[in-house]
Amino acid sequence: MVKKGEWVLIHRNVLEPAERVPHVPDDTKKVPLELWTKGYLQEDANIGDEVTVLTRTKRLEKGTLLEVNPCYKHDFGNFVPELLKISEQVKEILFGGADNE
Amino acid sequence: MSKDMSYAAVMARRPEIMKNSAGLDFSKFESGSIAFDYERMMKEAGFTIEEIQKIQSEHGVGNTPIIELRNLTALARKIAPEGKGARIFIKDEAANASGSFKARRASTAVYQAKKLGYKGVVTATSGNYGAAVASQAAMYGLKCIVVQECYDSRGVGQPEIIEKARKCEALGAEVVQLSVGPELFYTFLTILEETGYFNASLYTPFAVAGVETLGYEIAMQFREKFGKDPDVVMATNAGGGNLTGTARGLKKAGAQSQIVAASVDLSGLHMASDTQFNRKSFTTGHTGFGMPFSTWPDRSDVPRSAARPLRYIDRYLIVHQGEVFYMTEALASLEGLEKGPAGNTSLTAAFALAQELDQDQTIVVQETEYTGAGKHIQPQLSFARANGIEVKFGDPKDEIPGKNIILPSHPSLIKANDADVIAMRKSLIRNALNNYKVTPTEADIEFLAAETNSSVEFVKETIASL
Repeated sequence: MVKKGEWVLIHRNVLEPAERVPHVPDDTKKVPLELWTKGYLQEDANIGDEVTVLTRTKRLEKGTLLEVNPCYKHDFGNFVPELLKISEQVKEILFGGADNE
Repeated sequence: MSKDMSYAAVMARRPEIMKNSAGLDFSKFESGSIAFDYERMMKEAGFTIEEIQKIQSEHGVGNTPIIELRNLTALARKIAPEGKGARIFIKDEAANASGSFKARRASTAVYQAKKLGYKGVVTATSGNYGAAVASQAAMYGLKCIVVQECYDSRGVGQPEIIEKARKCEALGAEVVQLSVGPELFYTFLTILEETGYFNASLYTPFAVAGVETLGYEIAMQFREKFGKDPDVVMATNAGGGNLTGTARGLKKAGAQSQIVAASVDLSGLHMASDTQFNRKSFTTGHTGFGMPFSTWPDRSDVPRSAARPLRYIDRYLIVHQGEVFYMTEALASLEGLEKGPAGNTSLTAAFALAQELDQDQTIVVQETEYTGAGKHIQPQLSFARANGIEVKFGDPKDEIPGKNIILPSHPSLIKANDADVIAMRKSLIRNALNNYKVTPTEADIEFLAAETNSSVEFVKETIASL
């Protein structure tokens, strides 16, 4: 149970596939236009319930409850060894290897 | 009585919603045909340089340093023909309050919103402009909503856009994220209508005028330091406001610098494609925006865009994704500046162009942008690999957008290719005729000559050849 007043992430479909505009590419036409936003939960609910939230600008938004206290998961990704090689290469070309020791 | 919120009904109310949220009646600049009075729009709705300088200096914007990139210049000279290798400079726009030049654009837009009595601002952007509007709105005590295109239908978000959402939220904004598609505009309109907030569009005269100080500062800073204007000012081009504002500022300072646009080649990828959305490693600064917006500026979220880059472009250079990633790493390793990557598009083109110019000539790359988790070459390349893009060393000319990213195996392989600016000018004229479906008047022909930085003869010849 998620309590009223908790900070949550919700999701809803804005347009179903049949409602997509004619000029979008075919792959986009096959999928809905989806929306995610965050706000304060307006009633006790469970994950997956249809809920209402109050956003930072005091708007009411409806959608499916996805997460409580949603966090950022983006990072610096996996190490990319090529970047190290570029760094070594430009230093080598400009300053020379052994001569610069 | 509740309003009809269906797609068709909201789009039908578009003119009314736009008018109420723009704080500007665009119709008074119209001629009723192709032409409109661009300069009068910029004069009446924009600000003087002095007004903008005051607004910006009070809000953490402007007066950013110009840094000479001595080591990158030396690297260019190592591989350039004898005597070639212009000095490369960069204007450190990441030093603005929100971490990019977009703070300039937001500063005037949000100032205008406050002046007109709006309670909040809404902007539709997946880029640095969102953070810029959020930052300025925070300073003015206005509410702020940023609408982003962020995820594909698998729910996978572009890391760079997710980072920008984080920054907007950190600055107190509400972020509404959408999956891929141009119908974002429908959601944007529903929010404008519901809130009655100001449309802090990137393309109003207020926003574009805010960038004029960037060009003006370059001229003033250069004259103070070197007693002359830069030979070339290089601007990354997407929607066109960056280049337009900078060029206008340079002209207001009386500078004669050549204006060169730069974009990353994303040809072949459809910007509204769900499956191709996460196969591109640049969310801005690319040809997918640069070409359509240059050749038809009035496709934006205002009736008449203040960003009209073909009026100012002398030359347009195209670079590859792999080359920009390489230069971003080189900028960190040789200059100690960790910035970008998208903003380094113009740096990459400058590195190639410097090798054509003499050593006593100068190029100013007119922006940097902040970097961080998601919005950095490492997560972008890592994300590309995770989405099936091959990342390898080789010759960047073999790069195919959406299929591979080719990091140059040697910096001498970094080349900037000229886009056909004359063909782009013809394309703009064709688009104008197709959109308005009128027989062009003399005023239209003069307007199109100004729009394309060409001549009445060129416009007439182009029309005759269509």
